[in-house]
Amino acid sequence: MATVTLENLRKSYGPTEVIHGVDIDIADGEFIVIVGPSGCGKSTLLRMVAGLERVSAGEVRIDGTRVNDVEPMDRNIAMVFQNYALYPHMSVFENMAYGLKIAGTPKPEIAERVSDAARLLQLEDYLGRRPRELSGGQRQRVAMGRAIVRKPAVFLFDEPLSNLDAKLRVQMRLEIKQLQRRLGVTALYVTHDQVEAMTLADRMVVMNAGVADQIGAPLEVYARPQTAFVAGFIGSPPTNFVAAQLLRPGAPDGARLGVRPEHVRVVSPGEGALQARVMYAEPLGAETLVHLKLADDALFTLRQDGTAPVPEEGAEIGLAWDDDAQMLFGPDDRRLQG
Amino acid sequence: MEKRVTFQGVLLPLLLVLPQIVVTAVFFFYPAGQAIWQSLFIPDPFGLSMRFVGLGNFEFLLSDPYYRASFVTTAIFSSLVTVVSMGVALYLAVLADRLIKGSGTYRTLLIWPYAVAPAVAGVLWLFMFNTRVGVVTWYLGLLGYDWNHVLNEGEAMGLVVVASAWGRISYNFLFFLAGLQAIPKSVIEAAAIDGARFWTRFRTIVFPLLSPTTFFLLVVNVVYAFFETFGVIHTITSGGPQQATTILVYKVFADGFVGQDLGSSAAQSVILLVVVSVLTVIQFKYIERRVHY
Amino acid sequence: MTTPADPLAAEVPPKKPKAQPDGMVEKRGAGLWLTHLGLILGVLFIFFPIWLAFVASTVTQPEIVRPPMPLWPGDRFFENYGKALTSGINAPVALMLFNSAVMALGIALGKIVISLLSAFAIVYFRFPGRRVFFWLIFLTLMLPVEVRIVPTYEVAASFGMLNSYSGLIFPLIASATATFLFRQFFLTVPDELAEAARIDGARPMRFFWDILLPMSRTNIAALFVILFIYGWNQYLWPLLITTDPSMNTIVMGIKQMFPSGDDVADWPVIMATSILAMVPPIIVVISMQRLFIRGLVESEK
Repeated sequence: MATVTLENLRKSYGPTEVIHGVDIDIADGEFIVIVGPSGCGKSTLLRMVAGLERVSAGEVRIDGTRVNDVEPMDRNIAMVFQNYALYPHMSVFENMAYGLKIAGTPKPEIAERVSDAARLLQLEDYLGRRPRELSGGQRQRVAMGRAIVRKPAVFLFDEPLSNLDAKLRVQMRLEIKQLQRRLGVTALYVTHDQVEAMTLADRMVVMNAGVADQIGAPLEVYARPQTAFVAGFIGSPPTNFVAAQLLRPGAPDGARLGVRPEHVRVVSPGEGALQARVMYAEPLGAETLVHLKLADDALFTLRQDGTAPVPEEGAEIGLAWDDDAQMLFGPDDRRLQG
Repeated sequence: MEKRVTFQGVLLPLLLVLPQIVVTAVFFFYPAGQAIWQSLFIPDPFGLSMRFVGLGNFEFLLSDPYYRASFVTTAIFSSLVTVVSMGVALYLAVLADRLIKGSGTYRTLLIWPYAVAPAVAGVLWLFMFNTRVGVVTWYLGLLGYDWNHVLNEGEAMGLVVVASAWGRISYNFLFFLAGLQAIPKSVIEAAAIDGARFWTRFRTIVFPLLSPTTFFLLVVNVVYAFFETFGVIHTITSGGPQQATTILVYKVFADGFVGQDLGSSAAQSVILLVVVSVLTVIQFKYIERRVHY
Repeated sequence: MTTPADPLAAEVPPKKPKAQPDGMVEKRGAGLWLTHLGLILGVLFIFFPIWLAFVASTVTQPEIVRPPMPLWPGDRFFENYGKALTSGINAPVALMLFNSAVMALGIALGKIVISLLSAFAIVYFRFPGRRVFFWLIFLTLMLPVEVRIVPTYEVAASFGMLNSYSGLIFPLIASATATFLFRQFFLTVPDELAEAARIDGARPMRFFWDILLPMSRTNIAALFVILFIYGWNQYLWPLLITTDPSMNTIVMGIKQMFPSGDDVADWPVIMATSILAMVPPIIVVISMQRLFIRGLVESEK
């Protein structure tokens, strides 16, 4: 168990900098999820913590010790890969035992630790099989088992669920969370899926173009996005943006107002903050998504309870929301007002 | 294409490539360099000194009627070997591909001449067409045809071509069959539904789709005919009669080891080197293209 | 299988009525038999020279010298093969077989070992001179020993390698085809495997030995077959480098059994030797057929 600190961490490939100085403090036993679109640098960040990518500038500290130049195997970490990276020619047992074998762990202890992990992951019946004889979910478990048996201080996950089908993904998500709680181990988890991030994280890091835009508890990030990017990325359907000057004459040029679809109410035409025409509605049962067009042809989405009346297509309606639901972002996309 | 992951270290990788470096340097680059160097010299008759002649050896070679004849012989020989072996192989592969069952059996039956050395193939065919004891010669005699490849240049060429092509059929067959089996059945079925008969299907669909394989085999077979058929020629005709079957490689050997004309032999090696390099470049262009598929 | 009831067929209006039901892809009835007939002719064409050689190796010299020779095996199988193996003409064929085996195994194993090591280095390391090395390797592709035969002979002679196994083996190892193939294969091994191994604590050679090598098993086996046959079938090089009959390999030794001048060749023994020269590579090809085809078609393409 350990703390992990990233301090002004940077990564460049040649002259191109892809990570522009990231600071994160991870407490012992904390579950941190790094979320962002593909290409934002989240995997690179994780791989620097693992020691698979060299750190260009800044520091990675595990339990207070600088590990920039420490080999992966000596960092007391374990990693679960997106494609699992199981050794195809080894049995499940051998896959899990390989790291311990290299470390020179006595055979009886290897057997004990592997069988403990196998029990935890319900893999006991599969220890003799090769990876190709397993289902996707089982392979995923083996990859986790390989990480567990080493009893690392830090777990690193690189999009571990993205190769699974939707149903299995939900199930494995729960298992990972339970496992991490049970083992009390520090975890750093990378994903592009905001639902995974919201459900797993103690705190999440939203990354955008090599910068950590915001770090905080999931609901905190959802409720108080610090940048327009975070407001747009976290939450589904995404936040609506309108030019701020439309509603607040005197707002700076390029400033935008954001309102989440779930905070918008339908009011009679002519009332409310904005006027819109209904393009079409998607009743999903529990909720209904209504897609609208504003006067300037901009698109706008609102989300209402499934029991509310569904507005007719082509109807003109007014849109209203509470003042504290609207978020003002400056021309640099930073949040201007709380 | 590069690996994302690399291991650290300099000494270890250098140690790992060392054996290959040493063997290649000593037995490849040094001799190849020597061939180029020697091609610029003429040794005196006693082999005691070398006289620098620049490109003299090449000029002499290119004006030498025997060498030019050998070029023509090589061209004829390799075209015939390539066409015959690929033609027969394609024919057999198309037949085997039409079978739902049993194509594996035929493959097993047809595959193993690949293992027969060209020199052994030469001996087998020499035996059949031997002027004194050959079975085929004898039966041809019954038909009133007097076979004598020892004297007749055309017959000599025919025999080395057939013997060389014979050993190559299995190789080409394997590739053609693999290529044919890789063509999606649905494409052929679609053509059949469109009313295309077998021959039309073959001409308009199968053969064009097979062209990468065909092109690959073309290059490989030409290289084979250039070099690996040495054993066939040496066992059957020894380049004769009147040098009618002296292909370029055979001439390098004959001039260098039998005739001891090192300068000329080296110059011939260099010319061959250029020919192979061109073929290699063609082949690589082709491989490059494949990568982009 | 496409049948007339195929829904797709129903959608496409037939351009013209099909004359026979086998307008489809596979042949039935007479067509099927014609296909088999064609293939059998091909098989016979392939087999016939070998059959004749086998027959000749089981009859007496007079039966051959007085044409036409029989087309069915005689009763001299053991005499002829026994004579060939134990005394031969210049050297016992058993000895030549042994020499061939040493050469073929030496070339196959030697090339596989040095190629595995160097391919591992150029794929998994970044070291100074790597680019240069890489291109040097590619220069050697496809340039057969025949092209640089005279200088190579001189090198071998200056090392005292004439009439030696090392002289038979090393010059033929000096090309990088196998390195190229292993490099191609290593590049297809997912990066994450090496990363996982690093996190598991495997040093480079440990990764090579525990992970990469076992994963390359099929490639190694396929390449072994190809290289074994390549080595076994060498002709020109052994012809130059072995002047001592006791160092002859069987493939080049056959030609040496023909008498110079007008003497009549000892055909039964020569043909028995030819058969013996074919048997080991044929056994290798047939027994490892699947691996071999995969290796050949995948590697050379």
